[in-house]
Amino acid sequence: MPSDADTGCPSEDIDAFFAAQERKDQLRFVICGSVDDGKSTLLGRLLYDSNTVFEDQVSAARAESRTYGTQGDAVDLALLVDGLQAEREQGITIDVAYRYFESDRRRFIAIDAPGHEQYTRNMATGASNSDIALILVDARKGILTQTRRHAYIVRLFGIHRVILAVNKMDLVGYDQDVFQSIVRNFGALAGALDLTGVTAVPLSALKGDNILVRGGSTPWYQGPTLMEVLETVPVGDGERAGAFRLPVQWVNRPNPDFRGFSGTVASGSVRRGESVVVSPSGRQTSVERILGPSGDLEEAVAGQAVTLTLADEIDVSRGDMLATAERPPELSDQLAAHVIWMDTHPMLPGRPYLVRFACASAVAQVTDLTHRIDVDTLGRFAAKSLHLNEVGYCKLSLDRPVPFDAYSANRKTGAFVLIDRFTNATVGAGIAAFALRRASNIVWQDMKIDKATRARAIGQRPCVIWMTGLSGAGKSTVADRVEQKLHRQGMHTYLLDGDNVRHGLNRDLGFTDQDRVENIRRVAEVAKLMVDAGLIVIVSFISPFRSEREMARDLLEADEFHEVFVDTPLEVCEERDPKGLYARARNGELVRFTGIDSPYEPPLAPALRIDTTAMTVDQAADEVIRLLDADPSGVAG
Amino acid sequence: MTHLDRLESESIHIFREVAAEFRKPVMLYSIGKDSSVMLHLALKAFAPGRLPFPLLHVDTTWKFREMIRFRDATAARLGLDLIVHVNREGVERGISPITHGPGLHTDVMKTEALKQALGRHGFDAAFGGARRDEEKSRAKERVLSFRDRAHRWDPRNQRPEPWSLYNTRISPGESVRVFPLSNWTELDVWQYIHREAIPVVPLYFAARRPIVERDGQLIMVDDERLPLHPGEEPEDRLVRFRTLGCYPLTGAVDSGAASVREIVLELSRSAVSERQGRAIDHDRLGSMEKKKMEGYF
Repeated sequence: MPSDADTGCPSEDIDAFFAAQERKDQLRFVICGSVDDGKSTLLGRLLYDSNTVFEDQVSAARAESRTYGTQGDAVDLALLVDGLQAEREQGITIDVAYRYFESDRRRFIAIDAPGHEQYTRNMATGASNSDIALILVDARKGILTQTRRHAYIVRLFGIHRVILAVNKMDLVGYDQDVFQSIVRNFGALAGALDLTGVTAVPLSALKGDNILVRGGSTPWYQGPTLMEVLETVPVGDGERAGAFRLPVQWVNRPNPDFRGFSGTVASGSVRRGESVVVSPSGRQTSVERILGPSGDLEEAVAGQAVTLTLADEIDVSRGDMLATAERPPELSDQLAAHVIWMDTHPMLPGRPYLVRFACASAVAQVTDLTHRIDVDTLGRFAAKSLHLNEVGYCKLSLDRPVPFDAYSANRKTGAFVLIDRFTNATVGAGIAAFALRRASNIVWQDMKIDKATRARAIGQRPCVIWMTGLSGAGKSTVADRVEQKLHRQGMHTYLLDGDNVRHGLNRDLGFTDQDRVENIRRVAEVAKLMVDAGLIVIVSFISPFRSEREMARDLLEADEFHEVFVDTPLEVCEERDPKGLYARARNGELVRFTGIDSPYEPPLAPALRIDTTAMTVDQAADEVIRLLDADPSGVAG
Repeated sequence: MTHLDRLESESIHIFREVAAEFRKPVMLYSIGKDSSVMLHLALKAFAPGRLPFPLLHVDTTWKFREMIRFRDATAARLGLDLIVHVNREGVERGISPITHGPGLHTDVMKTEALKQALGRHGFDAAFGGARRDEEKSRAKERVLSFRDRAHRWDPRNQRPEPWSLYNTRISPGESVRVFPLSNWTELDVWQYIHREAIPVVPLYFAARRPIVERDGQLIMVDDERLPLHPGEEPEDRLVRFRTLGCYPLTGAVDSGAASVREIVLELSRSAVSERQGRAIDHDRLGSMEKKKMEGYF
């Protein structure tokens, strides 16, 4: 009988071994719990008992156990998994970590997420990438506030199957009553959250009971071991059952004869010849060829990275979605969604953020923060902003319609992230609830008199001169002089001044960051209407944040917005103090005063910078007007 | 889907995403098995089209000769656009792992050289074959790992990656390292090489090679630059390599595994991790974490 070198096994056995290895599927699960619950120990145990840990790693952990460990001379299994130096020193898990192990039936990726409240965003990240969740509970403590938080986040991120691992059973004498009472309490929570598939296992990570082997300590427990549960939970059945969705990532056009659309099937399946619809265009066609990773396929299923060619030459680009014609995705620029905030700077309603769906991007504003959800009590509270690790329910308005699905129907096409436009940080993770209106229902009133017609009638080119700077910088003085000069030239102008607008349109707004954002948003919209009416609008507002000034710029055409930075040093403004405001701010009578205890973000590339300490008001006004002259079309248009 | 199918599709997705979103991506090609798998996946991601980015090999001038032969043969066979970069300054200063030690050699000829090449060509995204199962600090790394203008990694300030929605936004001068094999394990890599019949450098397979034993490491005498200690005599020994790098810094293992099948079988029973043979990981505790913060891949 032939045999492979070194193994002594008959080669048929080896063929069987390879076949079995290649048949294994993969389960990704998030582990929720804290170090106190024995989470790292449980993970270390799974790795150690499944022979995934190598001798050199154990000996490294043994060396570290003497420095950081908590188990005396025994190897602290937790040290096998805490990755970063800071984590080992502090004995906590800070960041999401990924662990790999296998059994005879399956490969596993354990996503190790920190459990404390300040790391909720990391747990959310872990849950978003998982098939199921393992929620760890300390048998001595039972269901805690953090257990509720974990269950809620897991459910919010679309996970229905949960393993409740009741750990440290050795410390409660393997008492059946303790276990059953915890299971009962969790059952009530699961019912409230609509978590359908809960399997509870009593175990001791430290001793190894009921993890890979049953052990004799819990004769009253007849259920599966933790590994048996992990090995048998179904994977990916939800995605395969859904409607066909393929977000287009890449247009593959190597030569004039081939035009393919590449992407990963988000849900459902498609066969050659089946008809598909392209969103947003709504065009229908059918699938001509399916190129899988290893050649042509008859059918593409959820999870596969494929390239499709279509029967008709229709326009499809990155960000579009191919879908089954019977059940197309939502297409809307307005949606309701849950958002979990992931950044230290709070989410401000009205501020524009970049939003990214499966592959479509847009600019989004939160138009309405309906409520904040306390993840510990599940209570709903009114909120004006969302802070790091907070979850809120809100309405978003996008600058163009985007195809998506409700997250409850599709975890791939119903998810989005929010990105800060200036720091480029990923600031929020969103879960689409539903479209607030269908884009196909919006038909703009086709007005015969438009902006260009009005501007021609007045004989000028409308625009916004946006003057930003500290209080007392001289904005209003310069703005006033600019308006006088333009008026003398016969121009139709309007001056929007911060103080004046706050007495009327914006008198309901204060000086918190949220209110400042809303203040500027309203002014920008008003300025836009006036430009539409054909006017030259001079805006004189402190407008301290770059984001909102950029939002104003985005509302207008590129040549309609001139940002003027009235750059007077704080000391000079404070010395001038025409309204006595700086003195009051320094005395603590005024709070959130720009430049004192509220930030001012200077423009990075203003069209004009005015130094009021180096030029007269007249000179400054002339410089501003030259901006309009410099425009090739000319002020007098 | 099998676990290999799932990993394969995930990697292809990452390639397409980065190629679509970045101005000038590049693939770091280090000639090893992970690079071979990465290249194979990239070709699949864009087939029937060509790779929409070049390959970059940072040559420390101390790679095994067989690696260089394999690299050039692969580039010729597949018609690849391959850039080879050597830190000339380092060569002129005579930096070598033997006289300067693994630490300085790696800093100058690898980390420094990589930064030079990325800067010179203006690459804003670089694919690397690192896997999260390799080392503890890698287990915390993102698929798209943001680097500032100085190519530094800040482990405490990483962008969250919910779902597979990768944030591809960077400012001028900043870049990302991209790890399409993040979720692969060493065993996955070999099983995939087996399934797809991907060519790899012959050094991975057992053969009799001239070996000296130093501090418990089996070092192959690949050329005359390795000074022999008094009385030291290279001995022909049946060995193979689990990872490949600079030959004076890469330990072989005693093994008779001469085919991919035998390697897979050997690994299923192995008791030591692959990076154990890497001298640069053992400088001190957390040393990989430190190197990565300085811009190492």
